[in-house]
Amino acid sequence: MNQQRRKSSLLGALLVSAALFGGGCKDKEESKPNGTGKSGETTTTASRGNVVTGDTIKIGEYGSLTGDNSTFGISTDRGIKLAIEEANAAGGINGKKLELVAEDDNSKSEQAKTVVQKLVSSEKVIAVIGEVASSRSMMAAPVCQEAKVPMVSPSSTNPKVTAIGDYIFRVCFTDDFQAVVAAQFAWDQGFKNVAVFTDVKSDYSKAFGELFANKLKALGGKIAAEPTYQSGDVDFKAQLATIKGATPDAILVPGYYTEVGTIARQAREIGVTVPLLGGDGWESDQLIPGAGTALEGCFFTNHYFAHDLPDPNIKSFVAAFQKAYPGKQPGALDALGYDAAKVIIEALKRSKSLDSVALRDAIADTKGFAGVSGKITLDEKRNARKEALVFEIKGKEFKPKKSYKPEQVGL
Amino acid sequence: MQALVQTLIYGVETGAIYALIALGYTMVYGVLRLINFAHGDVYMIGAFVGFFACTQWLPFKDLSQHPEAAMLNVVLALVTLLLSMLICALLGITIERFAYRPLRNGFRNADAHFWGFVIALPVTAFAGAMTTTKRQGVFLFAGVVIGFIMRPVMAYLAKRIKPSGSRLNALITAIGVSLMLENGGINIFGADPKFIPDILPKRQFNLFGLVFDSSGLIILAIAAILMALLRYIVLYTRPGKAMRAISHDIDAAKLMGINTDRVISFTFALGASLAGAAGFMVAAFTNIKVVPLFGLQPGLKAFVAAVLGGAGNIPGATLGGLIMGVVESLVASKFPQWRDAVAFILLIVILLVRPAGLLGKNTAEKV
Repeated sequence: MNQQRRKSSLLGALLVSAALFGGGCKDKEESKPNGTGKSGETTTTASRGNVVTGDTIKIGEYGSLTGDNSTFGISTDRGIKLAIEEANAAGGINGKKLELVAEDDNSKSEQAKTVVQKLVSSEKVIAVIGEVASSRSMMAAPVCQEAKVPMVSPSSTNPKVTAIGDYIFRVCFTDDFQAVVAAQFAWDQGFKNVAVFTDVKSDYSKAFGELFANKLKALGGKIAAEPTYQSGDVDFKAQLATIKGATPDAILVPGYYTEVGTIARQAREIGVTVPLLGGDGWESDQLIPGAGTALEGCFFTNHYFAHDLPDPNIKSFVAAFQKAYPGKQPGALDALGYDAAKVIIEALKRSKSLDSVALRDAIADTKGFAGVSGKITLDEKRNARKEALVFEIKGKEFKPKKSYKPEQVGL
Repeated sequence: MQALVQTLIYGVETGAIYALIALGYTMVYGVLRLINFAHGDVYMIGAFVGFFACTQWLPFKDLSQHPEAAMLNVVLALVTLLLSMLICALLGITIERFAYRPLRNGFRNADAHFWGFVIALPVTAFAGAMTTTKRQGVFLFAGVVIGFIMRPVMAYLAKRIKPSGSRLNALITAIGVSLMLENGGINIFGADPKFIPDILPKRQFNLFGLVFDSSGLIILAIAAILMALLRYIVLYTRPGKAMRAISHDIDAAKLMGINTDRVISFTFALGASLAGAAGFMVAAFTNIKVVPLFGLQPGLKAFVAAVLGGAGNIPGATLGGLIMGVVESLVASKFPQWRDAVAFILLIVILLVRPAGLLGKNTAEKV
């Protein structure tokens, strides 16, 4: 009995250590509201939405700081924080400091809705920034619309997001444009017969694939095959073999970086050598670790930002960014987060009064704002009309290859 | 024709992994008549051990910069494989010892000790996280003290808890352990995807117009070796014989002087180590994302494979796994959206047509 007992306690110790062995490797960015208490008092009135009454202006942010697409949220968060810090260093708005209230939605749609509810009703923020993933933006947007708090999405590209209501804006282009650019680019590169491999679980992926196929066919091209996958699949070889049999010039994989790397690897493993094409869902510093060398020479459309573009605006942003985050190189999502926050800050300066309804009108008036991801003019559908940039993957770097203006693709 | 054969080959590769996981399900079912739903999560832990070994614990070299280090990486990969198997085996034993055995034999003093700590430590850790004091160590110490205090409380409760023979209790506990591992994994590792870098050089071979990939072949070869080893253990060693005796009749085995608890532990260790090996191999050689829900879908599919082959039947699990892999691959090449559905359609069909499974013996259930 005694011996047995000793053995059992040993096993108990083992379980505890097994549960803790990964503890040191925790890679979570905690986000807590920075500051509570007397500052940032706001009230709600029916006609003015959330109104600033204290000496700080609260701006809400929700994003995927942890979870499946955590790199999306973390990048965006870095950009937003930088913009807010710069504004505060320059003296704030009318002597009032800006305060960022960041909430993590764990990359989950339901969670996005919950945290935004918290932001608008208990934190009483004057504006909300978020999300990257369209599906999560679409969950949270109705909450902002109802509370009359403007929401600015940095990089949700699904057209439906801003259609939710007149309080919902974005500072990026939409998939209507991005997919068409991808098709135009494929055509220009001589990829006339393209296979489209979409994620059936993602609205973004499905819409992208469809719009791409329509444009390519309109240009005179052909869709070689249209198999599908589901995010979370382990094995893509069966579908890739179908694609291989159709001998396309290129394969469009408009998914997120979490699967693209595996798909590219397995494609190379079964002997598919043609380039892969994608969209802004590829942009992540986890893309190359996931793909190894399998994405060499592949292309993806993205927002008009690269840290080495010869634009003075971008140069000063990159310098400020690297000062704030040493050793990090800003990507498009950092830039869009920065721009989303900047658009709000500029609008606050122009706003007639410090309440969310007046702020909405000021944001809607944004014209020709020189952001780091291109000139931002919000149209009547509250979308930004901007250029897109096609990147080529070379080694571990994304190299700008070609840019497209909306007019160039007939939009 | 060629495309068909190629698809079959991919199916066998996937199937080998399902078979490795299914073996754990089937062995545990064989000895305990328990479906250990936490098994898929053991597979996930195997992948995470692989990830940490490949990126932090072991000095793997980046092959793109040091191509001459291939041999070193091969050795380290073998070490990682064994490490994954070992840690998963320990995890399997732990799960059995503290979740299933108390249900079977009753709650003992040792369990009281363990659960006392399990309750005390998170509570104090939470209290520590909530306060702003810098002395976090105090809370850990307090946790240990409270753990000791909790022990008699748990021991008192233990006397009131009677063992239950109900299989339903064990099944629900298994689901609980599974959820605990998944959500504990999210908490500890984070839900963001992780990728194991290329640790072995990769090559493709063309044979009769078919493409063979080195990583697929490695998975197949290791799976075959492990299964052969398992067959040897089960058929020719003493613990293997004891396992088979228990699966025939646990009470008779006990009367013959077999230490059934120890053999059951051994069975869990064996099954869990196979799952750990599979988890590491999939994560390292197919480079898919490693997340805490890594084992959810493969675990369910392997469960179907075990039922398909005949729960409790070891060759059956291998056969079931291979069939699952091939069927899935065939379906995915033509109707990819039906890929996951087909596994469960198979489950329903087999339960209707041949509930004992392809190789299982039809025995009347004692009531």
